[in-house]
Amino acid sequence: MENIRVLVAKPGLDGHDRGAKIIARSFRDAGFEVIYTGLRQTPEEIVEAALQEDANVVALSLLSGAHNTLFPKIVKMLHAAGMNDVLVIGGGVIPEEDIPGLKAAGVAAIFTPGTPTAEPIAFIKNFFADK
Amino acid sequence: MELVEKLLAGDRLALSRAITIVENERVDAESIMQAVYPHCGKAIVIGITGSPGAGKSTLVDKIALEYRKQGKTIGIIAVDPTSPFTGGAILGDRLRMSSLSTDKAVFIRSMGTRGSLGGVSIKTADAIKLMDAFGKDIIIVETVGVGQSETEIMKHADVTAVVCVPGMGDDIQAIKAGIMEIADILVVNKADREGVDKLMRELQMLVELNHSLGGRIIPICKTVATTDAGVAELNLMIDGFFAESRQSGELALRRSRRRRQELVERIRDYAAKRVQAIIATEALAETVKALEAGTRDIYSVQQEIEERLFK
Repeated sequence: MENIRVLVAKPGLDGHDRGAKIIARSFRDAGFEVIYTGLRQTPEEIVEAALQEDANVVALSLLSGAHNTLFPKIVKMLHAAGMNDVLVIGGGVIPEEDIPGLKAAGVAAIFTPGTPTAEPIAFIKNFFADK
Repeated sequence: MELVEKLLAGDRLALSRAITIVENERVDAESIMQAVYPHCGKAIVIGITGSPGAGKSTLVDKIALEYRKQGKTIGIIAVDPTSPFTGGAILGDRLRMSSLSTDKAVFIRSMGTRGSLGGVSIKTADAIKLMDAFGKDIIIVETVGVGQSETEIMKHADVTAVVCVPGMGDDIQAIKAGIMEIADILVVNKADREGVDKLMRELQMLVELNHSLGGRIIPICKTVATTDAGVAELNLMIDGFFAESRQSGELALRRSRRRRQELVERIRDYAAKRVQAIIATEALAETVKALEAGTRDIYSVQQEIEERLFK
């Protein structure tokens, strides 16, 4: 079975990285190869990193409220760059009512604070199980 | 072959996908590598290794920036250890190269070692070739120099710089890890820290000893990667070594030796996988059970299997 490569990225000006780091570690413990790109990434930087690393998953962490702008933008840019098979998931401070809109924009799932790390892990594994 | 054509034409996604195919040993890996092989040989391959925490990634970032000023295009392969327990890895070197993240002339790829049978040395060699064929002028390979496979990776470089840091007991590390054998250049990073003079003295003694035994005089460069101090000098040393080795014929000799070594590595990795598969077959099930139970000695079992395999 091939390693699943996950890009964990924090777009925008949000400086809270504890969640992203916990996710990164738990993903590593689940057998994924995690490329953590750090704080204050622009959508361009995230998409370029996903391209160079041929990421299977882009996991976006945002606690500053800019998710409705940044998440769909990143999905669009991934498609424009020819990466149409990348699974995009998100987490952070994201109100329930925003989730349908994000899903419509191409974000496969949102994992809000308090979600056990086993959930996004299972989601990712299931997604790639028959690929 | 479409993917290779795109790669040779400078399509970055094609390069990325090709590296993935090769890294995962997919069926088309061999044909891709054969198609790409004739287009290799132009890039200068620089190896950067050293203990964890030596500041290698930050240094690679600065070295690359310096070369970018000269208009060179760059490929970087950052190798990090895979957990032997979970098979996962945090590939975090890219994080330290943030100044390069929007420069499309720099292509950074992170790779996990993927275990002792993972064949990371060969996969790195293939990724180097792909970046070379793609047209990169300079390819930098960064590894943590603690394991055998990481040392093997360094042998795929034209120039290797080993990075040491003051105050980390590196004097002993340098001898233990056989780092002196692969170092073409020694770098003392974080040279603004306490203990730098002691480390310099120890490294100079090692260099003199190495020279007295017939080796060349390995130059030592002081850097403070975070402030860019010494990086221009380091690049000059790298360029100087490369030019010298090309002129003296050493470069050609190394590359021909490397091709032979790579052949041995590839066949050895293949054989290791075959052995695992063979030991698991039905025909040998009873023999292996007896070995596990202790009723047969390992030496006769080894001989029996070797006879099946090689004679």
